[in-house]
Amino acid sequence: MWKFTLRRILIMIPQLFVLSVLIFLLAKAMPGDALTGAMQANPNVSPQVLAEQREKLGLNDPAWQQYGRWVGNLVQGDLGKSYVHKIGVADLIGSRLANTFYLGVAILVLTYLISIPLGILSGRYQNSLLDKTITGYTYLSFATPLFIFALLILFVFGFQLGWFPTSGSVDVGIDPGSGSYYANKFYHLILPAIAGALVSTTATIQYLRNEVIDTRLKDFVKTARSKGVPESKVYSKHILRNSLLPIAAFLGYDLTGVLAGNLFIESIFGYPGLGQLFLQSITQRDYSVVTILVMLSGLLALIGTLLSDIILSWVDPRIRIG
Amino acid sequence: MNTESVLEIRDLTVAFRIKDEYYPAVDQLNLTINKNEVLAIVGESGCGKSALALSLTRLHDSKNTRIEGELLFKGQDLNTLSPGQMNKIRGSEIGMIFQDPLTALNPLMTIGKQIEENLDYHTSLSRKEKTKRVIELLENVNIVDPKRVYAQYPHELSGGMRQRIMIAIAIACRPSLIIADEPTTALDVTIQSQILDLLKQLQAENDAGIVLITHDLGVVAEMADRVVVMYAGEIVEIADVNELFNNPKHPYTRSLLASMPGANVGQESLHVIEGRVPSLQNIPRGSCRFSERIPWIPQTHHAEHPELNEVAPQHWVRCTCYQNFHFEDEVGDGKEIVLNGIAGTQ
Repeated sequence: MWKFTLRRILIMIPQLFVLSVLIFLLAKAMPGDALTGAMQANPNVSPQVLAEQREKLGLNDPAWQQYGRWVGNLVQGDLGKSYVHKIGVADLIGSRLANTFYLGVAILVLTYLISIPLGILSGRYQNSLLDKTITGYTYLSFATPLFIFALLILFVFGFQLGWFPTSGSVDVGIDPGSGSYYANKFYHLILPAIAGALVSTTATIQYLRNEVIDTRLKDFVKTARSKGVPESKVYSKHILRNSLLPIAAFLGYDLTGVLAGNLFIESIFGYPGLGQLFLQSITQRDYSVVTILVMLSGLLALIGTLLSDIILSWVDPRIRIG
Repeated sequence: MNTESVLEIRDLTVAFRIKDEYYPAVDQLNLTINKNEVLAIVGESGCGKSALALSLTRLHDSKNTRIEGELLFKGQDLNTLSPGQMNKIRGSEIGMIFQDPLTALNPLMTIGKQIEENLDYHTSLSRKEKTKRVIELLENVNIVDPKRVYAQYPHELSGGMRQRIMIAIAIACRPSLIIADEPTTALDVTIQSQILDLLKQLQAENDAGIVLITHDLGVVAEMADRVVVMYAGEIVEIADVNELFNNPKHPYTRSLLASMPGANVGQESLHVIEGRVPSLQNIPRGSCRFSERIPWIPQTHHAEHPELNEVAPQHWVRCTCYQNFHFEDEVGDGKEIVLNGIAGTQ
């Protein structure tokens, strides 16, 4: 088990290397650099100064030199500095990470709280009115683009009804660390979390429904019934556990995904997390931030697969790793 | 032999729903299973054996299945019991063994827990007593090192061992009736005979009646006391095992026996029954259902409404066509029919 984990972590090193080259090339392929856009359009900044700055920042060096410098710094823990925010990328990400984490956890918990019962009910009472209603909901949420759905929720509950705040993660002027501060943060979280969860439940509900329908017909379920196990126990003890296996296989991704940030939700709800930062950084050509954020989500995906494998081997005795 | 009955099946019809219509897979079946007897039910795939077996404990999906008739188990009609009452009988009074031991056990549960589950619902033993009983059961079914197997998962065991586990589950509460639905079909020959020996030995210890569903006549010869031959949802012949093998009457029984390897040593090739078992929607109901597959027998030889007739003590045969059935006729007449067919198309 530990050997397996260690081996997997070692394999991540070349994977991360390839990822870093790709990210660097893609970032370079984007039109413009940190000094284009607002800087270039500003009449108070002479083209000469811009050229000097480019030279000073090493933006005119050959690509491989720039890459070497970037990776060299990364390895030493220097994530670079944001051109736009004028602070270190590590500090910048750190300041947003907590918000993203809260939102991610809220969405994840809500997603499972909604989708697991619905998926099971839908599968167990296949073709009933209940199943058709639930399936209808999943089709609807699958077909509706997230941003339209989120905007609708924001419009109705935020603007029309005024029940929830429409942007930010906390109101201004509340003493950080106090009880009301956290209550206020939670209040800000509700709407984006519900919007995110209602859409992300789709896949899990559908998966679980199909698994329950499949598992229900397995021979061991017949065996359980032939033992005189009551129907409710047949579901809770035999069908459910076996149906949850594929869901468990995705849990690793979901857990690490909590830190990756939710692009649409954060942008639409003006929620200051990593997703929003990512989108802003792209439009502002804030390379150092964009590259690090992509690297981060790549790393999280790799750890996610490892976690998934470990979780699966833990819940399914047929899978033993090592 | 003790002839006290365990289960009396009266006018049992098991119908499955296909596109809003119900088609009987088991039709008006009457049968008695006695204590301490092995009753074999034989027939090709699709003749209603398994449909019958599952209906005895009402394990069919109730939404798409209709079970009519009486299932008198120790005087109590199982067909009128509530699901809760039925659960009390399943696993305690009636044990079941299924065909494929590789898929019949829950892959996520230890062997011990799966056997114990049976005791959970039917006994009030303490935890310790249950564990003890499970170990005892594992010993009964000849599992070596039962303590180790108790904590193992199904995938760690071989097919033969898993079938032993299934048997242990079936006999955990000392049932008076065991329904074994092709218990050896998925096993290789040496393991088959071990499992059959085990079943016999356990039956002798418990006085249980066994319903043995199989299409393997070798298994029948080894195990059964009485044999029921089924075709297209009906019983076509019932007899004691010796009577049936020595004096088969119904054309279907005789065809089955003739197509068994070893029964025709010295013959050039095995007998092949023409055609196949009709599908549920196409069963020729109300006439001799086997007539389609012995086309050289003229319709006049079949009874109009074939019933089971007692041709010898405790030997019942359906229809009258057996009286004029000879294998030799098939060759000539069969060819003739083919030729006629070709001539007709010209």
